[in-house]
Amino acid sequence: MIEIINLHKSFGKKHVLRGVNLKVERGESMVVIGGSGSGKSVLIKHIIGILKPDEGKVLIDGIDIATLKENELYEVRKKFGMLFQMSALFDSLSVWENVGFALMRHKKMNEKEVRPLAIEKLKLVGLVGVEDLMPSELSGGMKKRVGLARAIAHEPEILLYDEPTTGIDPILADAINELIIEMKQHLSVTSIAITHDMNSAYKIADRIAMLYEGSIIETGTPDEIKNTQNPVVKQFITGSASGPIKIEGVHYERTLNRT
Amino acid sequence: MLRVIELLGRYIMSFAEELGRILFLLYSTLKQMVLLPFEIRNTFKQMLEVGIRSLPVVLITAIFTGMVFALQTFTGFKRFGAEALVGTVVALSMTRELGPVLTGLIVAGRAGAAMAAELGTMRVTEQIDALETLATNPIKYLIVPRFVAGIFMLPALTIVADIIGIIGGYLITVGLFEVSSTLYWKRTWDYLEVSDIYNGLVKSGFFGASIAIISCYKGFYTSGGAEGVGKATTGAVVLSSMTILVSDYFLSAWLFK
Ligand SMILES: Nc1ncnc2c1ncn2[C@@H]1O[C@H](COP(=O)(O)OP(=O)(O)O)[C@@H](O)[C@H]1O
Ligand SMILES: [Mg+2]
Repeated sequence: MIEIINLHKSFGKKHVLRGVNLKVERGESMVVIGGSGSGKSVLIKHIIGILKPDEGKVLIDGIDIATLKENELYEVRKKFGMLFQMSALFDSLSVWENVGFALMRHKKMNEKEVRPLAIEKLKLVGLVGVEDLMPSELSGGMKKRVGLARAIAHEPEILLYDEPTTGIDPILADAINELIIEMKQHLSVTSIAITHDMNSAYKIADRIAMLYEGSIIETGTPDEIKNTQNPVVKQFITGSASGPIKIEGVHYERTLNRT
Repeated sequence: MLRVIELLGRYIMSFAEELGRILFLLYSTLKQMVLLPFEIRNTFKQMLEVGIRSLPVVLITAIFTGMVFALQTFTGFKRFGAEALVGTVVALSMTRELGPVLTGLIVAGRAGAAMAAELGTMRVTEQIDALETLATNPIKYLIVPRFVAGIFMLPALTIVADIIGIIGGYLITVGLFEVSSTLYWKRTWDYLEVSDIYNGLVKSGFFGASIAIISCYKGFYTSGGAEGVGKATTGAVVLSSMTILVSDYFLSAWLFK
């Protein structure tokens, strides 16, 4: 179980997270939605301890991860798998070495043992025959899949997805959604996905939470979110430019265009 | 006037802050260096990288430096009839100064730049975060191998530069100015002490460590996308080169008493 309590984070003068509270139950698939730059990535990086809270706590199975010693934190991280927005594949390693990275380092397996396992994980995400390519030889969609294979290779209990469907075509995006659902069903993982793609959110979420101006303003099932009365959430899910959400820097442009 | 003092003060503060952060990274690196398991494969790869990347430039620089030194010393020393000492001058300046410093500057420009660019790219593309999520300490995985490679490969390259520089001096003195070959070698060995070579290598080991830690620091803490990587790379080369030149004076004053 993951519990985020009153989480605050600033970068310089920019107060990005202003008291986030969120609880994710074991086996649940939570989707956090929010605009670009609203702090979704910052939030997800706190859950796995890459960023440290200025204030507040992140509890993983009841343990405050900020209080852990370095090696204890690395132990906790072995429970996690994370898919990055731009995949973040290691470009000095081949595809299968990327996928087998955690196995090779933590399960004390050698290359001969890891390679077939990596190939198997690649097959799971629909990739065959790419194991010896380098990441630079892959398309964006393939990179995402390899990133997903790497995230699940060590059979984590918790999966974090940072914008899994952003920047890829709709068909591929749906394939990624299917994969995420399969991960949930087959591996019975707890997952947190962050996205601004509402199709994806409705499809993969048990519950959806909206991050706005540094805190979670609404949480609910996909149906509850669809029928929300909150004008901010309503504007976001319908993708309308007019409403309470201000778009930075766009105001002037629009008045100019009108004349 | 007040503004000048204020600016100067701010400059010194930011310099002190950066120095502190580099020293802290050095401390973390040393701590991770002694922890098992060792990153043997990565270290070996970095040693090849640092050694091979810089070798051609080191060879060319060393041979021409030896040659021009012989040329200048010969024509200069001829004025007071000391041409026979050319071998000594070339050998002493190569082993004590030019070998370590020139090799250091070359490695800073090539391997140092590569380290900053590579780590900087890994930072802005979230590969360093990815390492963390895969329960791998990025300092151990990325910085320790580069640091070790710097410490060992710079002295190795310096030995090569020393030898090639002396050979360059030989080619000019013996080949062009027709000083006898035996006299050149005799003058070279007569006054060259083991401590000259050894202390030169100590300096180059220090330079190697400085280049690696500075370049890794610049790369590791890159922010601001592709532009940030560019800045980190330039910053790494400038700061490591300055460090080499400044510390060279103090190390020389301390080592060669
Ligand atoms: N390491 C950092 N240093 C400084 N500012 C950061 C850092 N990470 C994120 N930010 C800032 O925090 C805000 C939220 O970023 P992010 O979480 O990446 O947004 P998104 O919701 O699009 O994922 C942005 O304004 C960004 O500039
Ligand atoms: Mg983001």
